[in-house]
Amino acid sequence: MSKNIKLMQGNEAVAEGAVIAGCDFFAGYPITPSSEVAEILSSKLPKIGKVFLQMEDEIAAMGAILGAALGGAKTITATSGPGMSLKQENIGYASMCEIPCVIVNVMRGGPSTGLPTLPAQGDVMQAKWGTHGDHAVIAITPSSVNESLYETIRAFNLAIKYRTPVVILTDEIIGHMREKVVIPDKSEVEVIDVKLPDVPPEKYNPYNYTSGKVTPLAPMGEGYRYHVTGLIHGETGFPSQKTDIIQNAQNWLIDKIYKNIKDIEKFEEFQTDDADILIVAYGSTSRSARQAISMARAAGIKVGMFRPITIWPFPDEQISNLSKKIKKILVVEMNMGQVILEVQRTACGSKVYGLHIVNGEPITPDNILAKIKEVSEN
Amino acid sequence: MSDRIEFRFSGSGGQGLILAGIILADAAAIYENKNAVQTQSYGPEARGGSSKSEVIISNDPIEYPKATKVNYMVSLTQEAFNKYINDVKDDGIVIVDKELVTDFSKAKGKLYVLDMVKSAREELGKLLGLNIISLGVLVEISGIVSHDSIEKALMKRVPKGFEDYNKKALEIGFRLAKEVKKG
Repeated sequence: MSKNIKLMQGNEAVAEGAVIAGCDFFAGYPITPSSEVAEILSSKLPKIGKVFLQMEDEIAAMGAILGAALGGAKTITATSGPGMSLKQENIGYASMCEIPCVIVNVMRGGPSTGLPTLPAQGDVMQAKWGTHGDHAVIAITPSSVNESLYETIRAFNLAIKYRTPVVILTDEIIGHMREKVVIPDKSEVEVIDVKLPDVPPEKYNPYNYTSGKVTPLAPMGEGYRYHVTGLIHGETGFPSQKTDIIQNAQNWLIDKIYKNIKDIEKFEEFQTDDADILIVAYGSTSRSARQAISMARAAGIKVGMFRPITIWPFPDEQISNLSKKIKKILVVEMNMGQVILEVQRTACGSKVYGLHIVNGEPITPDNILAKIKEVSEN
Repeated sequence: MSDRIEFRFSGSGGQGLILAGIILADAAAIYENKNAVQTQSYGPEARGGSSKSEVIISNDPIEYPKATKVNYMVSLTQEAFNKYINDVKDDGIVIVDKELVTDFSKAKGKLYVLDMVKSAREELGKLLGLNIISLGVLVEISGIVSHDSIEKALMKRVPKGFEDYNKKALEIGFRLAKEVKKG
């Protein structure tokens, strides 16, 4: 066979995608159900002259990838809920200092150590608000092994382009499940590389809050000397408490993501054209929803689905538009109600229902079909 | 969804049932160009506890990746048999070992009780490879993939030096299934 087709796990696909994206550096601390990402990269990266580093814990791993990124490396770490909690302080540092990095969170049941080997989708809000202070983040929710590979490449690109942490939010099902993947050649995918600034070192400012363009992060060691601090800083990188600088810095952290939402957003609409009920589902749950939709349509109930692939920033515009023509929206997620809050915020005029099952088992097509029938009769 | 077939290997952590599932999915997906999804479920312990490995095979795209209406189930512990039998379809097939599963009060579907452990002990000299014997039984009974495909998928995942051992285990499985089908 000419194409490189493999049966692989979601976690393996993330590792494969990282290598194709040109990942230079992984640091992490293994944790179920994400460990395969570390395990596979520990084997792959050193063979191609790149770095794998196991750190003493998750926050140290987060620090390590930020240091490496400041040195010009493309970096990634992988963890699950408890590790994600530990990383938060340094994720905030990445947001504030605008350091590109990719963070994989293979969600398991929580809070605390929760359910190490069982799936959940309880970290969606954490991905956005896990670290303190006003900031924006990009988060991506793949729903297949194939998508895990391609979305990891996209995550690296977005991280470099917008100088931001990008969270890949999979779950135990997607991470551990094996499916067929067609592995692309590097020449077949778009890869954004780390660039040197287009100004000489003496004219370089590491931040720019007003031009609307993201300043490239100059790799340390290339002659560009600048200050890096978690304190609010001006465009030179040095701390400031001037009101206009503070406001500009704050605006910029939000604007650089939200003003580029058209470039960052990604979603799939499935059978929405004639739908009377719209399901909003993401990650592994969207697979159950898709099967439930076929079952519902066979029973004469017209259901469609909106599936966010980029979940943060939230696709406000799409939900808002769909809510103008579809009057019942059903949000299905393996948590007690997180994305439903965003849907309620953006869906004007539709009635929003939720199906939230958190019992260690995936939400089944039968679970969803039963809820669809209930919503349909309501 | 019409030709979706669901397989479940169940037993105790460490018996190699997840690997058996991976090999079956690989045979179907890579060597027979079908759609296949393999998933697994186990507890937090490294060994012991009930574990299962599921494979869905279909010519259509597979959405929900887990088994809910099981067509074929292998059980290599009593605990797993009791725990996972409920999802077996009424016309489903359940394959168990004669020594490992003895209480059939919860039985469902069509039951095949085979001497897998005894054959492993006598012909392989140890129980290592019981997972592959059960894989051979499952493939022979279901006819889901060819002998050739499953052997190729098996050889890809077997450590060097253990090729003949595993091939023998697979063939024991084929033979036991043929015997039980006749009988």
